[in-house]
Amino acid sequence: MQKLNYLKETPSQTAGPYVHIGLAPGAAGFDAYDRELGQDIAGPHAKGERIRVEGVVIDGTGSPIKDVLLETWQANAQGVFAHPEDGRPVEDGFRGWGRVITDFDTGEWGFETVKPGPSRARNGKIAAPHISLWIVARGINIGLNTRLYFEDEAEANKQDDVLNLIEWERRRTTLIARRSLRDGMPVYRFDIQLQGENETVFFDI
Amino acid sequence: MKKPAEFYQRDRRWHPPALTPDYKTSVARSPQFALISLENSPSEITGPVFGHGDIDPTDNDLVYNYAQGDQCAIGERIILHGRVVDENGNGVPATLVEIWQANAGGRYRHKKDTYLAPIDPNFGGCGRTLTDEDGYYYFRTVKPGAYPWRNWINSWRPAHIHLSIFGSGFAQRLITQCYFEGDPLIGQCAIVKSIPDPDARKQLIALMDLNATVPLDAIAYRFDIVLRGRRSTLFENRLEGN
Repeated sequence: MQKLNYLKETPSQTAGPYVHIGLAPGAAGFDAYDRELGQDIAGPHAKGERIRVEGVVIDGTGSPIKDVLLETWQANAQGVFAHPEDGRPVEDGFRGWGRVITDFDTGEWGFETVKPGPSRARNGKIAAPHISLWIVARGINIGLNTRLYFEDEAEANKQDDVLNLIEWERRRTTLIARRSLRDGMPVYRFDIQLQGENETVFFDI
Repeated sequence: MKKPAEFYQRDRRWHPPALTPDYKTSVARSPQFALISLENSPSEITGPVFGHGDIDPTDNDLVYNYAQGDQCAIGERIILHGRVVDENGNGVPATLVEIWQANAGGRYRHKKDTYLAPIDPNFGGCGRTLTDEDGYYYFRTVKPGAYPWRNWINSWRPAHIHLSIFGSGFAQRLITQCYFEGDPLIGQCAIVKSIPDPDARKQLIALMDLNATVPLDAIAYRFDIVLRGRRSTLFENRLEGN
């Protein structure tokens, strides 16, 4: 009999409590690199609405997780990903990727970016504006994937194939960030619950 | 024409599940509802692109990248090297590999680590590099020490190096840990054993690689990394829907 010679993906292990040493050494308490990566998601030239996103990741006891690290991935305001397979140009300095750590005392995290535009989905359809999130921490054995959608995109959200794939309508609301204004800047609140009846929807992507 | 399409679905039985009660911290941090399985869209097949402008060439040398003057880190000098490939066996070029670790005494340079082993003033504990066109990477560092952690009261982590790897799409994002051949703590560790399949655990054990050692300088360990592979479109091309 012949053999299929596919390899197996390297298994995941938790990022552990000291993930900052590797991915955000400034937060661990020392300067190892001239440039830490993921600090500037949109760059200075990106078009579109400048926004701030804030939240906290909450564990099954209802407590904030203070050692969590998130990564963000998004399209620009025109719905273009800064990646060769998108094939369209983005603004100089727009990367669309960010790395976000928490306040070690409160677990609060936040980042600034531009609001993404509608992007390409499967089968010629359009995805509602969203930011993909990847969450790692001590006690999380394999990174958690979720998506942040925007409260003020209700019409687009209704048409979004990913949101509509979630059978339970009340669970869809766990992916909708709430908008407010602070000093004229839109701030979206997006708390992530790891357990409980309001557990955030996580995806196997 | 063949074009790269979706990534192969992740084999969740090969990875650790979210809830692994022997690793106590996972109990309150594991989602309880089933993950919703998504077909890949451009949001998942794209991901951040890094270049040589993002890092310094010396970032992969942990023996010297935080040392003062002409000093160097204390400990057994090692080379950690290997290839990043996908499940099809193809090298993953120009992808960012970041590592972090404890020093030779098992102490992390982190404001939250209070283990009684001392900080090494010449060791930071982080490194990063981009794979070359074949997916190859290498670091020079010191072998990390084992250290105690609060799981059970007498729990010790085997010597390990944490690795973060990107690949070309956000769906390939991976963090893992590399262990060292022959360490008796590997079989005792609740984090290692969060991986159910013994063969999958073995995939995280680096082998001593005498051919790659630098004589009179550093012992090499080989650690190859496999990221998710991609299908090729054969008949249809509906992913982007053109």
